[in-house]
Amino acid sequence: MKHPAPARPADNDLREEQQHAVEPLRHLFDVNRRDLFKLLGAGLVVGVCRPGVFAQESGRGGRSEEIPHDVASWLHIGADGKITVFTGKVEMGQNIRTSLAQQVAEELRTQTNSITMIMGDTDLTPFDLGTFGSRSTPQMGSQLRKVAAVAREMLLDMAAQRWQADRSALVAHDGAITNSRTKESFSYSELTRGQNLVKVVADDSALTPATQWHVAGTSVPKIDGKAFVTGVHKYTSDLARPGMLHGTILRPKAFNATLVSLDAKEAEKLPGIKIVRDGDFVGIVAPDPQTALNARQVLKAEWSAPHQISEAALFDSLRQGTEGEARRGGFGGGRETGSVQTAMASAAKTLSQTYTAAYIQHAPLEPRAAVAEWEGNKLTVWTGTQRPFAVREELSTAFHIPLNQVRVIVPDTGSAYGGKHTGECAVEAARLAKAAGKPVKLVWTREEEFTWAYFRPAGVIDVKSGIAADGTLVAWEFHNYNSGPAGINTPYSVVNQKSEFHPAKNPPLRQGSYRGLAATANHFARESHMDELAHLAGMDPLAFRLKNITDSRLRAVFETAAERFGWGKQKATPTRGFGIAGGFEKGGYLATCAEIAVDRSMGRIKIVRVVQSFDCGAVVNPNGLRNQISGAIVQGIGGALFEAIHFDNGRISNPYFADYRLPRFSDVPQIEVELIDRKDQPSMGAGETPLMGLAPAVAGAIFSATGIRLRSLPLMAKPLPAA
Amino acid sequence: MPSITLIVNGAEHKTECASGESLLSVLRSRLGLTGTKYGCGEGQCGACTVLLRGKATRSCRTPAESVAGQKIVTIEGLAANGHLHPLQQAFLDEEALQCGYCTSGMIMSAYSVLLAHPHPSDDEIIQYMDGNVCRCGTYPRIMAAIRRSAQGAKKP
Repeated sequence: MKHPAPARPADNDLREEQQHAVEPLRHLFDVNRRDLFKLLGAGLVVGVCRPGVFAQESGRGGRSEEIPHDVASWLHIGADGKITVFTGKVEMGQNIRTSLAQQVAEELRTQTNSITMIMGDTDLTPFDLGTFGSRSTPQMGSQLRKVAAVAREMLLDMAAQRWQADRSALVAHDGAITNSRTKESFSYSELTRGQNLVKVVADDSALTPATQWHVAGTSVPKIDGKAFVTGVHKYTSDLARPGMLHGTILRPKAFNATLVSLDAKEAEKLPGIKIVRDGDFVGIVAPDPQTALNARQVLKAEWSAPHQISEAALFDSLRQGTEGEARRGGFGGGRETGSVQTAMASAAKTLSQTYTAAYIQHAPLEPRAAVAEWEGNKLTVWTGTQRPFAVREELSTAFHIPLNQVRVIVPDTGSAYGGKHTGECAVEAARLAKAAGKPVKLVWTREEEFTWAYFRPAGVIDVKSGIAADGTLVAWEFHNYNSGPAGINTPYSVVNQKSEFHPAKNPPLRQGSYRGLAATANHFARESHMDELAHLAGMDPLAFRLKNITDSRLRAVFETAAERFGWGKQKATPTRGFGIAGGFEKGGYLATCAEIAVDRSMGRIKIVRVVQSFDCGAVVNPNGLRNQISGAIVQGIGGALFEAIHFDNGRISNPYFADYRLPRFSDVPQIEVELIDRKDQPSMGAGETPLMGLAPAVAGAIFSATGIRLRSLPLMAKPLPAA
Repeated sequence: MPSITLIVNGAEHKTECASGESLLSVLRSRLGLTGTKYGCGEGQCGACTVLLRGKATRSCRTPAESVAGQKIVTIEGLAANGHLHPLQQAFLDEEALQCGYCTSGMIMSAYSVLLAHPHPSDDEIIQYMDGNVCRCGTYPRIMAAIRRSAQGAKKP
């Protein structure tokens, strides 16, 4: 396909960013003191930057005019006591607007509702790579805790100076500094009034340990929840600008098609219509969305498309056309220890199997949308994206204007799941707005979203393994073709192992990031294979895994889930099956137990009950975390059982919800979540990893009931054969 | 362009309407009632659900002209005198949302469940709600919110 390929590193060190198809561009937050206070108003400002950067730049800052570059986040306490946090992260349902505010409130010894979060606005917030990879909690969360802790210490200093008091007698509590001896108290606003103080600190300040948290670690309700249940919240697709017009795009009949001819005579007769043609791009601008669609309907276009790979040839094509050398070593890129070959030769039993995963789509309920507005050469775009700064870059490149002439604003978005890393809709809206000379709103249709967005990569995974007579894993070899290197390394203890990722040279569909990346497919393959090995060894699937685990946190999640589930208490029958799976990814440990009901006469299964235990370190917001975990399990049902993109010669065959089955109310099992709150461990993200256990646990459950081993996702692409 | 009169949330609105325009499009882009969402345009996801004469209806598949003069209630019409409707409060109490994009449609569909079954069983809830999609997967909490709201209702 002609679509831009994901960025690939020069060496073998495939990093998280690159798996998310992110070019690690560096932008500088170029602002001086005067600008800063003009923007924020008087008061106290604290920023944080990475330690390396701080070392280079610590000579500046303080009282000088220049602010160190590469500040990752700002905290401002205004003369009115209002606390505002600026971060480039965006909210799309993962609840970080609340959980990040909670962490700031914790260190500032105040309430969550006194914090305002300014998020994802390239003119207001410092540069951020993007909201993905479960990094908001471990990275942005700890940074914000640090800035808040520094601000608190500065306020204590300021109060000590004002009172000429012993600092050790002063306590920060409930938004004020109190002198514990005199009981006198200054609110934060009294201290910050008239001040123009800036401090930028390195990323190494001391933090309040989780065992002493009062605000963080509690189930603070979702900020702005009321705006969502009343329909008041404005998503991008809800915005209006003065004089705004509505756009739509005439899409090619197939991928990589070129426009042979266009007859726009009928369309141009409609009131207020403007047709924008530029090469193969045809856009329509109209006073209202329906007239735009009506005009598109009567455009007569002829397209020419090359022959393209169809679904039937998918897995062969992925395996054959790999990009030369496999990628090993480095973060997430696979590893090699010992000698698999020697160990296989001396193993008591060996096994070799292949697993596959289909292309699936994020299908965020809010499709791509953008509102673009030009003022002379300055462009402002509101759009739902996970990477506002990358979209700014895309716009700057597309329109040949400097970065500082482009502003991207991300309203809290109707979900993304890794599917909104790119700015195609923003570029299209800006293109139409430029041609029309008016602000333009463009909202993709569901069919467009299913066709012209991107997909979770399909993949083929080969696993070869050997066990000793007592069930000890002695050899493990794992090759992933195309779906990706995330979660490719086994968390089980095995001396002789090798894992490699082989990227396909020409994948037939545009592919990119998806919640959990390839870790879902890799967990499916690995855990299914472990299940098969347990069977081969004549061992219980849980006992076999525990025998090969040395990591105590991994052992703990398995034992916790198994106990709550009652693993082993019931025997599988032809109509009832039980499965277990687990793993470790992005700092989170999980284990999932599934119970299924089988209806062989209809060839169907129903997931009846899921128990999942999860350990992501110190829990910041238990209720929000449970919501994420339970939601990930439900979303996982789709990819596990029935979601698949079908395609034929450059066309998507099922670009509608009517033909792309999503998990619904009737698919939902009883879900029980066991949180392991490790207050002694750093808080890690939880948006992705909880998705990974369901598919292999269900596949194991199907096997336990029927003896049928399904090795392709989705598992229920076809009905089960009759008994 | 023809004009039609819609009765939305108790108020009459005279508005233009393009040929073939859906009720969803008129509500959102002509009346500024953007609480009702576009999700698929096929009537498959329920994000566009409104009440038409008290019945949950997919506004994306309803031609606006066909409902002229009929009573329509949208998410914006549920709260009264600044007080949340009990269903809205129940969704907050159960935190039955993540990104919130499906929430308006969920609440309007739930409203029609409770009209038909003031104390619904889980099967009745699923039967009424199965056409509504939450991609974030908050279904168990939405079920809990509907049950909570039903408990608050007076037994007949």
